[in-house]
Amino acid sequence: MELVQLLLSGLANGCVYGLIALGFVLIYKATEAVNFAQGDFMMIGAFICLGLTNTDFMAWSFWLAVPITLIIMGVLGYLFDWGVLRQMSGQSQVSIVILTIALGFILRFAAGTIWSHEPQSLETPFAGQDIRSGGVVLGIDEIAIIVVTMVLTLLLYLFFSRTKLGVAMQAASQNQLAAYYMGIPVKRMQSLVWGLSGVVAAVAGILFASKGAIDPSAGLLGIKAFAAAAIGGFGSLPGALLGGLIVGLVEPLSARYFDAPGVSQMAPYAILIAVLIFRPGGLFSQTQKKKV
Amino acid sequence: MSALLSIVNATQRFGGVVAVKNVSLDVQEGEVFALVGPNGAGKSTLFNLISRFYTPAEGSITFDGHNLLALTPDKVPSLGIARTFQNIELFEQATVLQNLLVGRHRHRSGNMLSDLLFTPSTRRGEVAHREAVEEVIDFLDLQAFRDKMIAGLPYGVRKVVELGRALATKPKLLLLDEPASGLSVEETQDMAFWIEDIQKQMGITVLMVEHDMGLVSAVSSRVLALAEGQELATGTPAEVQSHPAVIEAYLGTSGIQKGGQKGGQKGGQKAQNDKGAAA
Amino acid sequence: MRFVFKTSYDADIRLYKHGAQLFWYTLLLVIMLCVPLYFEWTGDAYLLGEITAVLIFAIVGMGLMMLTGQTGLASLGHAAFMAIGCYANILLLQAGVPWLIAFPMAGLIAGVVGTLIALPVLRLHGVYLALATLAMSILTGDFIVLFEEYTGGVSGITAPDISIFGYEINKYANPYAFYYVVLAVVILGVFAHQNILRSPTGRSFAAVRDSEISAQAMGINLTRTKAKSFFFSCTMAGLAGALFGHSAGYVTHETFDIVMSITLLLMIVIGGLGFLHGAFLGAIVVGLIPVIIANGRSLLSTSMGININIPGLESALFAAILIGFILFEPMGLYGRWLKIRTYFELFPFYRKDMFKRQKSYLKTERVQ
Repeated sequence: MELVQLLLSGLANGCVYGLIALGFVLIYKATEAVNFAQGDFMMIGAFICLGLTNTDFMAWSFWLAVPITLIIMGVLGYLFDWGVLRQMSGQSQVSIVILTIALGFILRFAAGTIWSHEPQSLETPFAGQDIRSGGVVLGIDEIAIIVVTMVLTLLLYLFFSRTKLGVAMQAASQNQLAAYYMGIPVKRMQSLVWGLSGVVAAVAGILFASKGAIDPSAGLLGIKAFAAAAIGGFGSLPGALLGGLIVGLVEPLSARYFDAPGVSQMAPYAILIAVLIFRPGGLFSQTQKKKV
Repeated sequence: MSALLSIVNATQRFGGVVAVKNVSLDVQEGEVFALVGPNGAGKSTLFNLISRFYTPAEGSITFDGHNLLALTPDKVPSLGIARTFQNIELFEQATVLQNLLVGRHRHRSGNMLSDLLFTPSTRRGEVAHREAVEEVIDFLDLQAFRDKMIAGLPYGVRKVVELGRALATKPKLLLLDEPASGLSVEETQDMAFWIEDIQKQMGITVLMVEHDMGLVSAVSSRVLALAEGQELATGTPAEVQSHPAVIEAYLGTSGIQKGGQKGGQKGGQKAQNDKGAAA
Repeated sequence: MRFVFKTSYDADIRLYKHGAQLFWYTLLLVIMLCVPLYFEWTGDAYLLGEITAVLIFAIVGMGLMMLTGQTGLASLGHAAFMAIGCYANILLLQAGVPWLIAFPMAGLIAGVVGTLIALPVLRLHGVYLALATLAMSILTGDFIVLFEEYTGGVSGITAPDISIFGYEINKYANPYAFYYVVLAVVILGVFAHQNILRSPTGRSFAAVRDSEISAQAMGINLTRTKAKSFFFSCTMAGLAGALFGHSAGYVTHETFDIVMSITLLLMIVIGGLGFLHGAFLGAIVVGLIPVIIANGRSLLSTSMGININIPGLESALFAAILIGFILFEPMGLYGRWLKIRTYFELFPFYRKDMFKRQKSYLKTERVQ
């Protein structure tokens, strides 16, 4: 029975990792840039919501705070691409990697200064409630995380396959030049993808902060999410989610079955390395070769 | 005379698309062999099979007695195969001289340690590489660009630098992927002279993909026409140009797609007859 | 403008391009050799310690420059490789290995370990290397605690003195001798760096950076070439780490943290990616920033009574500077110097866009 709880909690964590990984992959597919600050986007999203709804701060209604947070994060993502990355065209990927890491440090500093470095929990309407049945305690928050992730995934799938904007985004990510010739505003599409991944990060952040405490250094979770994205095969959306779930499940299970300090911390990376050695493209590998 | 490069029944698929289907060709030592065909005919795919960027689903490729399919892409040049690219792949943030010197990579003798210490043998090697590269620079008239960055060079010069880099490897077989695309009439003429010199003076066998039939007729001894990944005809430039299947593939006779495909198959049979005649 | 008339191929091969260059670098070397004499005369070695620290950072900088500037790979974990070098050096010295053997061994161990870790990801896109090294730099502290038996873990470990043929060198007791040790490593490092750049190995690095596909078509093995660059880079980091240990005297699991890795990257970006000079300019700036911040703080508190003690301020400031450089001066300080020099050489014909990179559409690495 304890195992069921462990699995549920692992799945819930995995959903958060998966959502952050989803943000990475969205951006990578669209722009071939890797946003190392995605974890910090998640953290900032959590803190914005927390700042709006917690009684220590503005104490707004949770249901009002969430949409506002999503909007703010979407706009922030869009503005970052529009104001910063667009100025960098022609520079190498390495520069973008360095830039996003630097951005992460600034976001961490900003969050710490505005909302303090102490760990805090998001006050949600369903905090602390749980379902008890036959000795198993299932937290509502954990179930909510899993449900929200599933709904969000479905929405994203519908968005990319059914809406004109989603298809245009796909086109722009598959062949920039061709998309440009077909009249798709490629640059705006890229900014929109950044906005979208900001929204996804905010959802991940809100879920994460409602389950446990969050502090400015929580952005480093992004590294685990990055491992998740790589396990799933960089560039595959379902792969990112699956990778997240794997990482989420491996952590508590390895802590339970291996009795050594730091094992649960290192387990995700061990899996990552195993995947990279035996299946270098990730579980959902895509051809990575350039056409000549 | 045995073939320098021979491809037997090579097939390459990308997902459901068959890019190259059952293509066979023999390139004889010392000739200029051209691949022609409409866009998407599988010409570049064939090149990528030879450079081992792709692995064919079926078929075999042998070069000079070696099985190419057993090699990784970086081992192919050591047999003496050099290539250029359709969309120019130069080292942008390096000078022309450095680009050409990279072409000498397969002739390097030292290792990282001797390079680190810059031993006398490394120095001698550098001078030898430089002499070899200077020959190429003289041959292609690149003296004025020696120390220029690639990033600032005009298109035509880049095209020549890429040819030079391939020549610097001192290959037996040179693969030229659309050497004249994007060049002016004059530059194309220069290219034609160079290809002739490469074949006649340097004794390098050339396999090229080219759309410019003028250039193809001027320099090549044999031509293979491809369409939709299949062989249409092989023969001298004049033979191939007048071949009905080739004309059909380029212009279309019936105007109906299906008809074209049928014609293609017929052409394949005819081409085999042609090859029999050539052999 | 200077025109160099080359009369032999050696003019392009040797390390200096013309006589004046040889003169200036020799002068610089002489000045660097004489610096301790000045401090010995004044008797205040504080500034010499700062200069030594800058030189140590320049050693890592050279290694990272080879990796990032020349080969186009980013490592976010060079502090971790410094840690490996530092701990390896200390442990070897404790085991009784003479310093002259322990020190180069420390570098090699860092190089080998780093390369082994990176090898699985070097086959893949460069992003994976960034990820793997970032994960490393986060886990370094955990590893040091995990192997507490050897590393001293949280309580730290003390670095023994350097001993060369019985001559003991301690940074505090004899800062002048320590400076010369560091300077010797720097000079060897510069020669190694420049030798690689002018040889086939260096050209293969640049080839991999600019076009993997045509590097392969020229017979360059991508994984092996990247591994070589990474090995060189990690070895330099290991050597610098060993010297850093001697310089600090005492290291713990918190010494080589991720902020240090970021600082190292910051250093080469500010200095100018792809230029050896950049590693040194960047090291000077990185060495100066903490001094400026400390002075600014004390100035604010004494003159206006404001006490600024916000955690994370320094790294945020570093990050802001980094972003500023990437956006507005992508070629770094050395690039700025080149622009100024070109401006005067070509006066009045300098154009503003002379160093500007072309805007281009994405050259995708994917087929579909």
